[in-house]
Amino acid sequence: MGGSIVAIGMGLAVIGAGLGIGWIGAKAMESIARQPEAVGDIRSNMILMAAFIEGAALIAILLAFLVA
Amino acid sequence: MIRLAAIFSFMICVAFTMSAQHNHDGHDHSGHDHSSHDHSGHDHSGHDHSGNAHGAKGHATGHGDHGGCGHHGEFDVAETAMHHISDANVYSIGPLQIPLPIMLKSDDGWELGMSSKFHPDLLGHGDGHLGHNRYVLHGGIVKRIADSSFPMGEFKVSGFKHAEEMVDGKEKDVVYVCTGDAMHKLEQKSTFDGGLFGGGMSSYKDFSLTKNVTSMLLVCLFLFWIFRRAAKAYKKQDGEAPKGLQGMLETFVVFIRDEVAIPFLGPKWEKYFTFLLSVFFFILGLNLYGQIPFFGGSNVTGNLAVTMVLALLTFLITNFSGNAHYWKHLLVAPGVPFIVKLIIIPVELMGLFIKPLTLMLRLFANITAGHIVMVVFIGFIFIFGKSGESIVGASGAAVGSTLLTMFMMAIELIVALVQAFVFTILTASYIGAATEEAHH
Repeated sequence: MGGSIVAIGMGLAVIGAGLGIGWIGAKAMESIARQPEAVGDIRSNMILMAAFIEGAALIAILLAFLVA
Repeated sequence: MIRLAAIFSFMICVAFTMSAQHNHDGHDHSGHDHSSHDHSGHDHSGHDHSGNAHGAKGHATGHGDHGGCGHHGEFDVAETAMHHISDANVYSIGPLQIPLPIMLKSDDGWELGMSSKFHPDLLGHGDGHLGHNRYVLHGGIVKRIADSSFPMGEFKVSGFKHAEEMVDGKEKDVVYVCTGDAMHKLEQKSTFDGGLFGGGMSSYKDFSLTKNVTSMLLVCLFLFWIFRRAAKAYKKQDGEAPKGLQGMLETFVVFIRDEVAIPFLGPKWEKYFTFLLSVFFFILGLNLYGQIPFFGGSNVTGNLAVTMVLALLTFLITNFSGNAHYWKHLLVAPGVPFIVKLIIIPVELMGLFIKPLTLMLRLFANITAGHIVMVVFIGFIFIFGKSGESIVGASGAAVGSTLLTMFMMAIELIVALVQAFVFTILTASYIGAATEEAHH
């Protein structure tokens, strides 16, 4: 039973991170379409922001493991 | 070049010490359900995760009354995956088991030599047929009989048995070794995680040159060799356009300089450039090395100890190069109302430790997830083949999982690059934030 609750927690964390990273990707695509010459800056900042969001999701997953 | 080599060798030394103490085999498996309590038998579908399919054969001998060394049960994909991402005391290329040096420390003294002294089959699963001073080799990993009254010296091993048991309210995988008629509980090597990841202190510590350490050394030697060659090429054709290997490396180095170091570190970029490059090439090299099919599939950057050392280096460099401005904003938060300070300062202090923690977890989780996905896709063959009963299912799944694995390996190549880049860019941004001069 404990395992299934952990799975729900992980799923919720992944939903949050997925929404966040999807949003970043969408906005980055828009910005690149608007200003194709800034593609380098936009790409590295996009990866950086995605990494930050991923970090939050990873902490949630780690906590889910630890309380299990 | 020399500074680069010095940082490399330092990282190897620290990571060597740490990874010798860490072992992912000890993860508790509470994430998956086991329907039967007495779950015996185990299978490994080859020792590298890239498709060497010989796993449906059992190898335990002796037969199964309740609690005996039973024959193989059904294929457990979670257990196989856990085994594949863990460190080992043999280096396996396909089914070939290459023994590695062991250095084990217990209260009874040191156990030295090669892991071939446990007499594993040259082509097999890395299960030793002999035990030494309570040590046995199981699945390529040295384990020890927990019972301290077991006599020292050599003994014959007739098989191993896995069971799910409740330990301190948690379900854990417990391994037993069979010596003739008796069964003895085995324990893992000590880990310093305080039981957080299912490990803990046991009666021995493992300082061996394990599979991960061997891979790390090989990759570092390789990196040293290609960088020596590139450096020589620069001396020889000074002023000319780079070519070959030199040109390939220059692409990466210039990329890190222009996209990572200069934008984030500003004018002081050169001071931290060697560290950024070392981290980038170390992680990239090991990520790609772990992806080579049939070649051990070492999960070095997917080892928490290795990523912890890398994150710790970033943490130390960030905080030792932090200027007064950085510390003032961290500890005092000037210009902020008192009520808000009560919230801001604890959050900032937590952030100090959360930054390297996420750095550690991100690399670990991404690389480990890639390795697990690969094993699971290969495991489909055994799941659909019902451990050798259904040839049609197995061959159908073999075609499907080969395609899926090829697709995943292509994705993993991108992940290997992106994770090395992300680690470097985050390191640069943390250092950059700590060394930024005040401008107000």
